[in-house]
Amino acid sequence: MLAPVTSAASWLYAAAFDLFERPMLMLQKMTGAQRIAWVFLLPNLLIFSLFTFLPIILNFFYATTGSDRILLQDRPFVGMANFASLLRCADYLNPNSCERDIFWRAVYNTGWFVVLQVGFMVAFSLLTALVLNRNIPFRGFFRSVFFYPVLLSPVVVALIWKWILQRYGVLNAALEGYGLPVVNWLVEGDWAFFWIVFVSIWAHMGFYTLILLAGLQAIPADVYEAAEMDGASKWRVFSRITMPLLMPTMVVVLVLSLIRAVQAFDEIFVLTGGGPGSATLLILQFIYETGFAFRPQLFGLAAAASLLMAAVLFALTLLQLRATRKSAEG
Amino acid sequence: MFSFLTRTRGRGRFDLTDWLTWIYLFAAIFLMFGPVAWVALSSFKTEAALQEYPPRLLPLAPVTTTVEGHEEPLQLYRVTGGEHEGRVLAQIRRIGLMAQMVDPENPDERLQVSINDRQPVREFALATENYSRLFQRFNFMLYFWNSVFITVVATIITVLFNSMAAFALSKYRFRGRTVVFILIIATLMIPPTINLIPIYMVVSQLGLVNSPWGVIWPAVATPTGVFLLRQYMLTIPDDLLDAARMDHASEWRVYWKIVLPLSAPALAVLVILSVMWRWNEFLWPLIVLNRQEEFTLQLALNSFQGELQTAWSSLLAMTMLTLLPITIVFAFLQKYVTQGIAQTGVK
Repeated sequence: MLAPVTSAASWLYAAAFDLFERPMLMLQKMTGAQRIAWVFLLPNLLIFSLFTFLPIILNFFYATTGSDRILLQDRPFVGMANFASLLRCADYLNPNSCERDIFWRAVYNTGWFVVLQVGFMVAFSLLTALVLNRNIPFRGFFRSVFFYPVLLSPVVVALIWKWILQRYGVLNAALEGYGLPVVNWLVEGDWAFFWIVFVSIWAHMGFYTLILLAGLQAIPADVYEAAEMDGASKWRVFSRITMPLLMPTMVVVLVLSLIRAVQAFDEIFVLTGGGPGSATLLILQFIYETGFAFRPQLFGLAAAASLLMAAVLFALTLLQLRATRKSAEG
Repeated sequence: MFSFLTRTRGRGRFDLTDWLTWIYLFAAIFLMFGPVAWVALSSFKTEAALQEYPPRLLPLAPVTTTVEGHEEPLQLYRVTGGEHEGRVLAQIRRIGLMAQMVDPENPDERLQVSINDRQPVREFALATENYSRLFQRFNFMLYFWNSVFITVVATIITVLFNSMAAFALSKYRFRGRTVVFILIIATLMIPPTINLIPIYMVVSQLGLVNSPWGVIWPAVATPTGVFLLRQYMLTIPDDLLDAARMDHASEWRVYWKIVLPLSAPALAVLVILSVMWRWNEFLWPLIVLNRQEEFTLQLALNSFQGELQTAWSSLLAMTMLTLLPITIVFAFLQKYVTQGIAQTGVK
């Protein structure tokens, strides 16, 4: 069955070669054999400049201009007004006292989300990696059990759980069967928040488990053998050998999951839409709604909020660089 | 027979930690596969069966039959108590606590049965119409095609552009090489989510809003791909390339006929990653594609769950069809997917 596919692919591969051979040869004659490197770089750099480098600069222009026009020349300069509007608060602990109360709610929600999601996810990933690192049969199968949800699209993940958590869903039916009280999970604020944390851990922990497992397997076996010879207890082996040697991987996992959690959006948006009210509204949804979903489109405000988020992400990345450098030196 | 389960770290006895390990692993199977399996089972239930509460595990549909003298098909019940106990009757209507029923064999006689004394007769029936309806009414093929188009085209361009850049950065010595490399790697620190508005402006100025190309172009120059491929190409010996150049091979030929085939393992990792990214992408298509006929599968799913709050039968079938391709790919390429991701540390 695969034969026609592979033969078609190799035909295309050969055809693509022929297609570009002549123009590339001409370019090579013009540039010389060394400077043709720039020709190879060009497509990638073009896309990079257009969709990465240019937007980084433009973001600052958007953040300092107002109105709902997308073209920069139509947008009046407003200085720091967008930032001021976001940050103006009578009492920073009470979102209701802020000019942009939704923004602050999103900030607090994101803060809680990051702490809870990353904390529990890293803990469970570590536990799972330790379990999978044991000498168990079907290890490959169990590894893929945990990894499977990672591949599912966020929309699919959200719909799966929405179907389970709905008022007349299977979870409530099971609870009722055991005589426990039923809850309208996604309609009660605190429970909805619990479930966005739970579902995002469910969807992503396999990825971090995989990285931690690779880290565990990189620890040489003779270290454990030596400890066993000395009669070290299991706990001692874990706390004095496994954990210190796993630390570099743990740092990578921690920072990577922090960076992801700050930008969480997809599953949560489909699962709860940020609701009930704004109980599960996170910062990226605020940016999306301010800039794109709601009218008028406040591009400036959204860009300012993105820059504030970028500052947090930048700090986290620096943390990662420092931590990895430290672990590489030590 | 269960000796394979009791294999332990060479100590030969099944202690507490082994028990905990297996409890944990079986709980994990239930928790990780259970929800997907539940959606799979539910997707074969009729809308009526989906409304049932508490829900049944298997798609068991109530059985109906046509009875002489009644236009509509009537639902069959097994009588479990009272004077007609043991008979199978069709229900005509329900009046308060009593049901007016009829024996399909003897349609003239009306029988009264208490509603507590009857159980619906069920049979195992897969509501495949949930799936066929997607193709007839919901334009499923259009969304599927949109998703496939974006995934395939974006992956080809990503692999081509990234490998060309990686080739330049690993096999040539030219001024500015380090600067370009650092510049590309630095963008790993700048996720596209913080530049949504300016990227949207660029896309709209290029006239790509509501076009699949507006989704494809912004993310084809992945720093991850360039980095991954460059590191791999560095391990290809330069002598090999020089030998080809001696034979008057053009640089393009060196790249296409020597470096690319030798980089196949790294290219495969990038293909897997790119397919995953593109098939599952949500936020950026949500911003760029506003017209229904341009929707990807993910967008279509999202908009259906908003509109058809109650039509779960179609929604569940569509969810299944969306997760199926990735599941099949994973089932066959499981080893490569997990290895590739463990190597690169990205997903």
